[in-house]
Amino acid sequence: MLILLTGLLLGGTYTLIALGLTLQYGVARIMNLANGETLVAACFVTFWLYTGFGINPLLGLLVIGPVAFVVNWLIYTWLMQPLVKRARNRGMLEVDSILATFGLLFLFQGLMLQAFGGSYFNYEFLARPFSIMGNSFGLNRVVAFVAAAVIAVALYLFLYHTDRGTAVRAVAVDPRAARLVAIDVRKTAAFAFALGGAITACAGTLLSTFYTFNTSMGVIFTMKALIIVIMGGVGDVRGAVLAALVLGVTETLVASLLDPGLTLAANYTLFIVVLLFRPQGIFGKRPA
Amino acid sequence: MMNIPRNELLALGAGLAGAAVLAFLPLVTEGFWLSLSVNIMLYAAICTAWALFSGPTHLVSLASAAFFGVGTYSVAIFIDVLPFPALILIAVVAGALLATLVGLATLRLSGVYFVIFTLGLAELLGQIVTWVQTNFGGAIGLYVFTDFTETHLYWMLLALTVVVFLTGWLINRSRLGLALRIIGNDEAVARHVGVDTARARIILFAVSGAFIAVAGAIMAPRYSYITPDAAFNPMTSFLVVIMALLGGTRRLWGPLVGVVPFTVVMDFISGHFPNQTAVIMGLAFLAIVYVLPDGVTGQLESLFRRRPTDKSLLTTTVEEGR
Repeated sequence: MLILLTGLLLGGTYTLIALGLTLQYGVARIMNLANGETLVAACFVTFWLYTGFGINPLLGLLVIGPVAFVVNWLIYTWLMQPLVKRARNRGMLEVDSILATFGLLFLFQGLMLQAFGGSYFNYEFLARPFSIMGNSFGLNRVVAFVAAAVIAVALYLFLYHTDRGTAVRAVAVDPRAARLVAIDVRKTAAFAFALGGAITACAGTLLSTFYTFNTSMGVIFTMKALIIVIMGGVGDVRGAVLAALVLGVTETLVASLLDPGLTLAANYTLFIVVLLFRPQGIFGKRPA
Repeated sequence: MMNIPRNELLALGAGLAGAAVLAFLPLVTEGFWLSLSVNIMLYAAICTAWALFSGPTHLVSLASAAFFGVGTYSVAIFIDVLPFPALILIAVVAGALLATLVGLATLRLSGVYFVIFTLGLAELLGQIVTWVQTNFGGAIGLYVFTDFTETHLYWMLLALTVVVFLTGWLINRSRLGLALRIIGNDEAVARHVGVDTARARIILFAVSGAFIAVAGAIMAPRYSYITPDAAFNPMTSFLVVIMALLGGTRRLWGPLVGVVPFTVVMDFISGHFPNQTAVIMGLAFLAIVYVLPDGVTGQLESLFRRRPTDKSLLTTTVEEGR
């Protein structure tokens, strides 16, 4: 029970990371392998705001989210849009965006390494015990989970109950058909990419309240997010939530029962199972 | 094999002659320059092997470090019980086996799954090896003691590079090579003309993986103390992608053009400014995408030759294959 709850709490943050990536890949069609770097950058900015200026990480969200939105919007319009324009098909865009985001990955990682060095960082925030059903958890983990849930629900309401959100989903389904119903695909894609980046950054802020982070851990989180996105089905919000919780629980199970050094192996096992049996995602339909 | 075109025969002769000249290098130089040459030869072999698969299929493989590590460990585990040539053979089998398993899981699906799967593969194998060694083996790390000097490593890597080149040339002339060019241009067309796309990719990936594993096996004596972190260093995969794409993958010798300068530059930077390597790699990736999408060789070719008139992709492919 303890393991299950710990896993679910971890899965909350994973959900946000994966939602960010699924917006970027599912809607804007950019396979953003620098996604983990956005996350790590947000960890460091939160750390800096909290230890330097005493700004509460939850308030920090209000700064970091919008800043990440603007930065990602700029990345999309300056760097990704030229690739979208020159791509003759989806495959070419995928290769180009993978290579370009690798470039961003190493560039950001290198810059952060220079600014903060290679050591591990953490800070104390709400490090008090909090009891759920007789088990005690760090209050920071519980707060991070609740905040993640609030953001995820807000995103869901936006996507399914507003015109703007419907436009985003329409582009996810078919960019060409979306144009027929007067949706500005280019703007919507840029918006979705920026929103995805902002959500990933929020996940980073929440993660940093209970997790020890360093400059080079981004790739591992990108990997987790990718596995969740594929497991849940690209562009599928419900699938991503379920998959993130499954991943969180599996990881915690393996870490506490077998060995904490095998979490990546646990991720891969899930990945292989998905690839072999449901490559289209948990709720996905088999392509014709 | 009967009608090899004249220019290919010439290239073959020139290549073999070049390799023969390069074989004399250790006799005239030693120390720093020889060990730099070993690095260059290492990446020449790996990048060319990488391009064998990723060139025609356009699938960016990040599994090089995984194959390299598998080769290194093939040597480290069996060095005390088997002669070195047998270890190379084990590396070939292990590399091909790993590639086949990865291929079976991912190459039947769309390309993104493959890239993602290979992205964490080296890290995964490193974790598993660490786990096995801490729980069952005692120490993290294995010793490899041999009488090999840098000169021996250089010669072995040169020989490997020559074999990779010959294999690439033979594949290009075979039905498999033709099938791969069609797949690379248009997968739907390939399936319509009866090419088993997944099978062709898996075979080629296995060939490429086996070669990279051999390179790892050859390098094992240089490390002498093998740890999972060194053997499965993910940086290897990224460097290979950068060098091969900088050079260009349209021609067999394209990656070489990227390997030589980039190895020298990286050697200089990691020696003098070790903290800047990530930034340089980032800039190199961005340069590949925005400045040199076809690599240096591709760029030069399109400078010197007018763009091909718009024939359909398939006829171009078939003509190139002749």
